[in-house]
Amino acid sequence: MSSANTAHSVVAPSDTSKRVAGTIVIVYALITLIPLVWIFLTSIKSPPDSISYPPKIVFTPTLEGYCNLFTTRTRQTPDYIAALPEPTSTCDEVTRKRNMVIAGPSNFLPRFVNSLVIAFGSTFLAVFLGTLAAYGFSRFKVPLADDLLFFILSTRMMPPIAVAIPIYLMYRELGLSDTALGMILLYTAVNVSLAVWLLKGFIDEIPREYEEAAMIDGYTRLQAFRKVVLPQATTGIAATAIFCLIFAWNEYAFAALLTSGQAQTAPPFIPTIIGEGGQDWPAVAAGTTIFLVPILVFTILLRKQLLRGITFGAVRK
Amino acid sequence: MQMKLKALLGLASALALSSALPNAAKAEQLTLCWAAWDPANALVELSKDFTAKTKIDMKFEFVPWTSYADRFLNELNSQGKLCDLIIGDSQWIGGAAENGHYVKLNEFFDKEGIKMDDFVPATVVGYSEWPKNTPNYWALPAMGDVVGWTYRKDWFEKPELQKEFKEKYGWDLGPPKTYDQLKQIAEFFQKREVDGKTVYGASIYTERGSEGITMGVTNVLYDWGFQYENPKKPYEMEGFVNSPDAVKGLEFYKALYDCCTPPGSSNVYMVESADAFKSGQVAMQMNFAFTWPGLYKDEKVGGDRIGFFPNPAEKAHFAQLGGQGISVVSYSEKRDAALQYIKWFAQPDVQAKWWELGGYSCLKAVVNAPGFASSQPYAQAFLDSMAIVKDFWAEPSYASLLQDMQKRVHNYVVAGNGTAKEALDGLVKDWTEVFEEDGKI
Amino acid sequence: MATPAPIARRVRGLSDRAIAWAFIAPAITLLLAINIFPLLWAIYLSFTNYRANRPNAVVEGVGLRNYQRVLTDPDIWQAMQTTAHFVFWTIVLQTVIGFALAYLIDRKFRGHAFWTTIILIPMMLSPAVVGNFWRFLYEPQIGLFAYAASMVTGIPTSEIRMLGDVSLAPWAIIIVDTWMWTPYVMLICLAGLRSIPDYIYEAAEVDRASSWRQFWSITVPMALPFIMLAVLFRGIENFKMFDMVTLLTGGGPGSVTEVASITLKRAAFESWATGRASAFAIILFVAVFGLANIYVKALNKVKQR
Repeated sequence: MSSANTAHSVVAPSDTSKRVAGTIVIVYALITLIPLVWIFLTSIKSPPDSISYPPKIVFTPTLEGYCNLFTTRTRQTPDYIAALPEPTSTCDEVTRKRNMVIAGPSNFLPRFVNSLVIAFGSTFLAVFLGTLAAYGFSRFKVPLADDLLFFILSTRMMPPIAVAIPIYLMYRELGLSDTALGMILLYTAVNVSLAVWLLKGFIDEIPREYEEAAMIDGYTRLQAFRKVVLPQATTGIAATAIFCLIFAWNEYAFAALLTSGQAQTAPPFIPTIIGEGGQDWPAVAAGTTIFLVPILVFTILLRKQLLRGITFGAVRK
Repeated sequence: MQMKLKALLGLASALALSSALPNAAKAEQLTLCWAAWDPANALVELSKDFTAKTKIDMKFEFVPWTSYADRFLNELNSQGKLCDLIIGDSQWIGGAAENGHYVKLNEFFDKEGIKMDDFVPATVVGYSEWPKNTPNYWALPAMGDVVGWTYRKDWFEKPELQKEFKEKYGWDLGPPKTYDQLKQIAEFFQKREVDGKTVYGASIYTERGSEGITMGVTNVLYDWGFQYENPKKPYEMEGFVNSPDAVKGLEFYKALYDCCTPPGSSNVYMVESADAFKSGQVAMQMNFAFTWPGLYKDEKVGGDRIGFFPNPAEKAHFAQLGGQGISVVSYSEKRDAALQYIKWFAQPDVQAKWWELGGYSCLKAVVNAPGFASSQPYAQAFLDSMAIVKDFWAEPSYASLLQDMQKRVHNYVVAGNGTAKEALDGLVKDWTEVFEEDGKI
Repeated sequence: MATPAPIARRVRGLSDRAIAWAFIAPAITLLLAINIFPLLWAIYLSFTNYRANRPNAVVEGVGLRNYQRVLTDPDIWQAMQTTAHFVFWTIVLQTVIGFALAYLIDRKFRGHAFWTTIILIPMMLSPAVVGNFWRFLYEPQIGLFAYAASMVTGIPTSEIRMLGDVSLAPWAIIIVDTWMWTPYVMLICLAGLRSIPDYIYEAAEVDRASSWRQFWSITVPMALPFIMLAVLFRGIENFKMFDMVTLLTGGGPGSVTEVASITLKRAAFESWATGRASAFAIILFVAVFGLANIYVKALNKVKQR
């Protein structure tokens, strides 16, 4: 990608063509953002506003969606509500306006925590195991290395439901159904194939001479790996980690089939948020917003590594 | 930066590992699994009394109807320990009994003096027994439910509409007694301006993913003469499932869907149907009785504006049974506490309070009490409907049978492929295959 | 190892061979346990009548009957057709739009890096969570999509039943997938465009080739291997499609959007016909694997040109 700075220097596009190209791309970008903006806007609408026709662009923002996301509520008579002490929070107030009282916390927070634990846990493990294996494949003669690598990668071609059938049976026998550990192991296994493949490419790029020089200076191979190779591979490791994280964070099929009340992550949970009779779209939008924010932040902060990972992964094969 | 990141990741994985360890026996706490709907909220309220009396905490896992069967059958089949108590759907009972998911309750009932004779017979057969009509009990009838209809009483009572209707159809606008009448009313209201808003005829079940359209279609087909099997020869379905009467019934359902439902009604189940009614879109609504207390309390369409009626009759008179019994999951490690809950729940005063809070008790002492029919405006329609219930297959293979029906009828009614006869012929073929595989034929 | 190993290393550290295995073994073990072993188990199950919801029933071998049933089941062929329609159109749309965008971004207008990042956002998000929200956007009465489409086309919103209409629903899922994944194709195409050395264009300039000609005789052929790669990746991913479609349509109306994975899920986790579902799963795997291999061969030929 180093040619990026110099590409087409002589045959640089004219200003007009630049302006036209820029306009089209920006218009496209803005259009693709509309659904995301709409998710956010819906999350700060009241339920009646969210389902009004025509769709409302101007409205009074409210936190009702977020309140509904984090609580469960029961309907009460106006007399009962009037007899209650002063509301202690905004959510109390909002809820009472609808003739309801907060009965307790909802399941959203635990599911969100599950998502964090499982996504970060599996990413860490996948990158850890992947780095070791990639180094092994890159620096040593491993019998049948190419076949092994190809086979590792091809397991990703299985439809997730096909993988889920035997995993379901296996986890049932081992008592791993609906546990965070089971999900971490599964996501790690799925990600490790990608991690090995991506990281091997990154490590291949690091000249062997560096380590060999270090070893001549008295480092053992392990020390050379830690002190010479790892620092050089940081970008690659970061790029790989983002991929693993995005997969584990967004995964739905395994989570829906293999988890239930204990280890369920947010993706299978969010679509099941319903209000009193009817999907509570502001609450769903609020959950969606909170769920998307971490990935948005990652995308923007780490866009360089991300771009490198995607193009690198594609170009290598 | 890197060290910190590493430490964080390490912490996260340690956390994960610790949370994966089996929960050490905590202070007594029971988890009850059910669907996320109005009665579940009532049960939370009701259960506070149980916690007060026994010091056993109740935790609840409620899942929306469209994923309820999926989630909990998966949970039971994976022998999960999430649920100590489960209020499982009536059709699950065969599979749950034969595969050992539920604890058999006969001994417990005998010991505690809980008598099934005290419960409405249809609910005992529907929610507790497997094999059907034998004294083998796997659940305590918990929530009676049945498909019926609500209508906009305020619209029906508008003099100008009544006059126009009478002129057009020659009879007085009111709750329909036959399906022809129901369709006439629906046609009458379809795309009509009422109170300055365009409204539609009726909302009916069309959901594809779980069991929605099957519940709606069977509810209507029973009345037209559909039968699951030859009453004299079990599992003989040819000429019963696809009898000319059944075909006519299915054609009626499609005609009703095509002429008289609001736009975008291709995936409607309980929640969507109740929504359509609540938002003032429809004159009539097919739905399970559990929605009635909530709709009656609704600020916009409740009170004087809503009326209730049981299924119209045609050749026969039936209604699709809903509702569930409460069972103890055999993989639970807290069986005694769970049984204690059932014992508490079966008490007459608890059952009476259950009805008061919006649950439909199945206890005879509650529903046959002198003031019951007039205790709520929907009580009579509920009683009338419960008297004519019929249920879907409760065989261990019910899920396959249901899936086949979902596909066949949705394909015909909503997607408009083929004819009603072809859909039901195909269904007989599918069902025959399932029973052959089970070795029942 | 070309260089002779220094003695010091051999004394103080583990041998290279041991390190190699110590490094590779954990990953391989995990893959064996969670990928390979279950795969073998699934192959075994596909020859039996096993049902996961009847743990006590006797498991019998049924030979090839499951495979035979799957391959002669018209519903499964229907699902494969639906999948093919979905894969084909998503690839066509994503490649055309993605390549066009990459071409435009390669004009390097001011702020192109920033806008590239913005365009990427949809592909980072969860297809399930976002697909679920698209259901709301598609609502005929209240959804933003129907509203916008109605403004553009003049058709009343109540007629724009994206998820309920048999002829529209297959396009509803294609639109969402295209919205999400065009950026991915765009990125790979961009890498392809940037890999074309300048001197080729310069030579074409000297020959006074028109820019139209340059585009067709330089840009497209040189970027083709990249485009084909993008097509491969999207093809494999969409062949496996489950989450987004499940949440948008659940396979309906009728079965018009029931892609292969949904059929598989119904067989495996609703009917619990584990044996038959395993056979179907193996068939799907072999199909993707086989097609991908043929495709990679073609790709290599293009590359060598």
